Amino acid sequence: MLKLSKYVLYDIVRSKVIIAYTLFLMAVSFSLFQMEDNSGKAVLSLLNIVLIVVPLISMVFSTIHYYNSYEFIELMLSQPVSRTKILLSEYLGTALSLSSSFLIGVGIPVVLFYFNSTGISLVLTGCLLTFIFTSLAFFTSVQSRDKARGIGAALMLWFYFALIYDGLVLLVLFTFSDYPLEKLTLLLSSLNPVDLGRIFIMLKMDISALMGYTGAMYKDFFGSGTGALYTIGIMLLWMITPLLLAVRSFNRKDL
Amino acid sequence: MITIKNLHKKFKKLHALNDVSASFSRGQVVSLIGPNGSGKTTLIKSILGIVKPDAGSILFAGKSIDKQVAYRDNIGYMPQIGRYPDNMKIGQVIEMVKNIRNHKDGTLDDELFFDFKMDEMQDKNMRSLSGGTRQKVSAVLAFLFNPDVLILDEPTAGLDPLASEILKDKIIKEKKKGKLILITSHVLSDLDELTTDVMYLQDGKLHLYQTVENIKQQTGETRLEKAIAQVMKRYLKDGTATIPMTENREADYAKAI
Amino acid sequence: MKNLFLIACVLMALPGLCRTLVVGKGQTYSTIREAVAAAQDRDTILVKKGTYYINNIVIIKSIYLIGENYPLLHGADKYEIFTVSGKDITIKGFHFTNSGYSAMNDFASVKIIDASNIIFENNRVTNAYFGVHIANSHHFTIRSNYFNGLTKSEQTTGNGIHLWKCNNALIENNEIHGHRDGIYFEFVTQSLIQKNFSEGNIRYGLHFMFSNDNWYVENTFKNNGAGVAVMYSKQVHMLLNHFDSNWGAAAYGLLLKEINDSKIDSNTFYQNTVGIYMEGTNRINVTNNVFKANGWAAKVQASCMDNTFFHNNFLSNTFDVGTNGTLVLNTFNNNYWDKYEGYDLNKDGFGDVAYHPVSMYSTIVENSPNTLMLLRSFMVSLLDKAERAIPSLTPENLRDDQPLMKGLKLKEKK
Repeated sequence: MLKLSKYVLYDIVRSKVIIAYTLFLMAVSFSLFQMEDNSGKAVLSLLNIVLIVVPLISMVFSTIHYYNSYEFIELMLSQPVSRTKILLSEYLGTALSLSSSFLIGVGIPVVLFYFNSTGISLVLTGCLLTFIFTSLAFFTSVQSRDKARGIGAALMLWFYFALIYDGLVLLVLFTFSDYPLEKLTLLLSSLNPVDLGRIFIMLKMDISALMGYTGAMYKDFFGSGTGALYTIGIMLLWMITPLLLAVRSFNRKDL
Repeated sequence: MITIKNLHKKFKKLHALNDVSASFSRGQVVSLIGPNGSGKTTLIKSILGIVKPDAGSILFAGKSIDKQVAYRDNIGYMPQIGRYPDNMKIGQVIEMVKNIRNHKDGTLDDELFFDFKMDEMQDKNMRSLSGGTRQKVSAVLAFLFNPDVLILDEPTAGLDPLASEILKDKIIKEKKKGKLILITSHVLSDLDELTTDVMYLQDGKLHLYQTVENIKQQTGETRLEKAIAQVMKRYLKDGTATIPMTENREADYAKAI
Repeated sequence: MKNLFLIACVLMALPGLCRTLVVGKGQTYSTIREAVAAAQDRDTILVKKGTYYINNIVIIKSIYLIGENYPLLHGADKYEIFTVSGKDITIKGFHFTNSGYSAMNDFASVKIIDASNIIFENNRVTNAYFGVHIANSHHFTIRSNYFNGLTKSEQTTGNGIHLWKCNNALIENNEIHGHRDGIYFEFVTQSLIQKNFSEGNIRYGLHFMFSNDNWYVENTFKNNGAGVAVMYSKQVHMLLNHFDSNWGAAAYGLLLKEINDSKIDSNTFYQNTVGIYMEGTNRINVTNNVFKANGWAAKVQASCMDNTFFHNNFLSNTFDVGTNGTLVLNTFNNNYWDKYEGYDLNKDGFGDVAYHPVSMYSTIVENSPNTLMLLRSFMVSLLDKAERAIPSLTPENLRDDQPLMKGLKLKEKK
């Protein structure tokens, strides 16, 4: 499988988009840290990059890459390689290249300018989100043969996770603010990997505020050992489930 | 070698394969013919596991191909339109496939590689290649690992006459080694002399599967093309044929298994 | 030198003037009780190192009680150790431990009642219910002591330094851990609390009730259950203190309730859930403070009036200001807000557009605390941006009309 991934990686690096992405992240991160005399503010802007841009790029890039690798996939299919292996190699190659882009583009500036627990959790979350959204992109791409539809679906999904979901949550929490919703908010935050990642970072960044009111519950839950395991577990679930579903459909598909 | 039992495949409304059963064994060169959209490519892709049939089974050397991939080690496949990763060079593609195949005995059949002068074009980008050159790459890859079975989908379609001739010679060579060769085409003439069996598909149905001698003998025609045409005409006219449309190949089954 | 020694010998030998009574194994007195009984005013009782089990010695004579190398005074988990009542009494250099606990009475290691001119200095008080309990006294000093309480529940742990109906007290340089309230003031006036370190107490690091005209300066209150509470008092001067890491649903760096005419100057509020919480407070000047990395730098409830925030630095707080109403009768002026995004065209150092420290989202959180889950989400930042463009929910007149463009150079205690 690693053999195949190597070729996928090679193919992606040759496409140069990934290099552009790396440079973009790097330019943004460095300029943020240089411009703001308060590095806390720079990290705040980086947080938005991690939560919004990383999922978007991961989804769109993976989708386009998937459709562009149809030839490669076809070629591999006539070779003695199982479909599961082919798709997982594609996934691994894509996710690895995207996450290394992120690690170089954001990880290095963070290590240079903001090396603490917040910085580390930021980079970790970015990597996890890359893997998760690449997996989601593979899931949607495998469903449809049409590139335009695939990209459309990816964008919709991104929009849902990045914005619409939070809007709905806000609506629900505001409407039912008279009821005890602590358990519900825990559940709601698990149903969106972006939210989960955000809370994971906030536990480091806004610890003081999170200790107030129901926030203390977050700290108690997510801040504890089981909570951290839970967070990582759910994130992994968000990564593995769409990927397994993608593999399942891919195995049943005519190509 | 390959046994197909009651194969069905539907693409939405189109019945691409309708209850197809057949058996292929060593030494055969089967010409798979039929009009466009008759199901030839679907059948080949089913054998390769690229298309998943709705019903029926395919056995390779007695084993179902459903849950395995290793059997593809014994197949060289040349697709109708070879599509390759745009960013790779010819040499890299060949290297990659070599890397991925578990080619055990290690001796590669690079005859076509040199005959097609691939060694001079190694550094060409796949993106820049003409259709014909791509076909050559496909052919090289199909023969490279010296497989027991060769599946060639319209092999000479995009090739220039010279290359076509080279390929034909190569097929004859392989035939002599006793390999099973499946060739699809809608024009027969240029492969006449190679063929041992003819398989005719139309609208997903297997209409004819006979040895060439049988067909020629029964129809009295010396030219294969005409013989087939005659059989088909008769069949379409009154629904009967003087020769059985498909031979009972129980013996082959047994041999294969 | 020889002469000096001679003079000392003579002075010591003079009976009735100022004797030194030595307590210890093989000394004149084997128990402190005997020595106290034998002592007269202005005598010194020197206690040698050792362990002494004590059931409440009452000291009413004006004596100096000095411990050598921290003799251990043990209350056997049942008794109070000293009760001090009188004037001109000094207690120095002891280690008090395991005094009793009572659900009925406020048992303390040392109780000071109806006393004046008391010095309690350089002692260690451990495993005590109340550390030092002072009532109805004046002119006394509690200096450089170390307290470590029982750290049990709020009901079964007493206060470290407890003052009730006192005046002219000096509480200085003490270190207090594990008590209910580190320092507790009730009906105390004209007193100074300075340079104390109050950390890890169950309720408040410092608790003020009905205590007017007091100063507390250069103290550090860290990681206490609910921070510092100042209630029902006026003329309180809070200067140069450090409020650090007071976390929790009901924890505040500084909780002000019904406080009038007071001053909060040059303090640092760092990493508290709420930096300052104000309720029913009037005419308080909050100046030259640093609010850094708090959940809310300040929560000013609608019941507050005429308070002024002037020349403070607000840095990296999750929310700058929170409030529960729309009526705002307090002034914010010339502060530095790191969230300010305005401009300064005339280069006078003040932003040309006003800053609204209350964000839309903080108002939403106030109404529906569960929405805190959406903190820092894209959704929320869009909402805040929209609100900034067209204010509708946030109080329009809670604003800093002249926000500073650059942070003030204020000292931040780390």
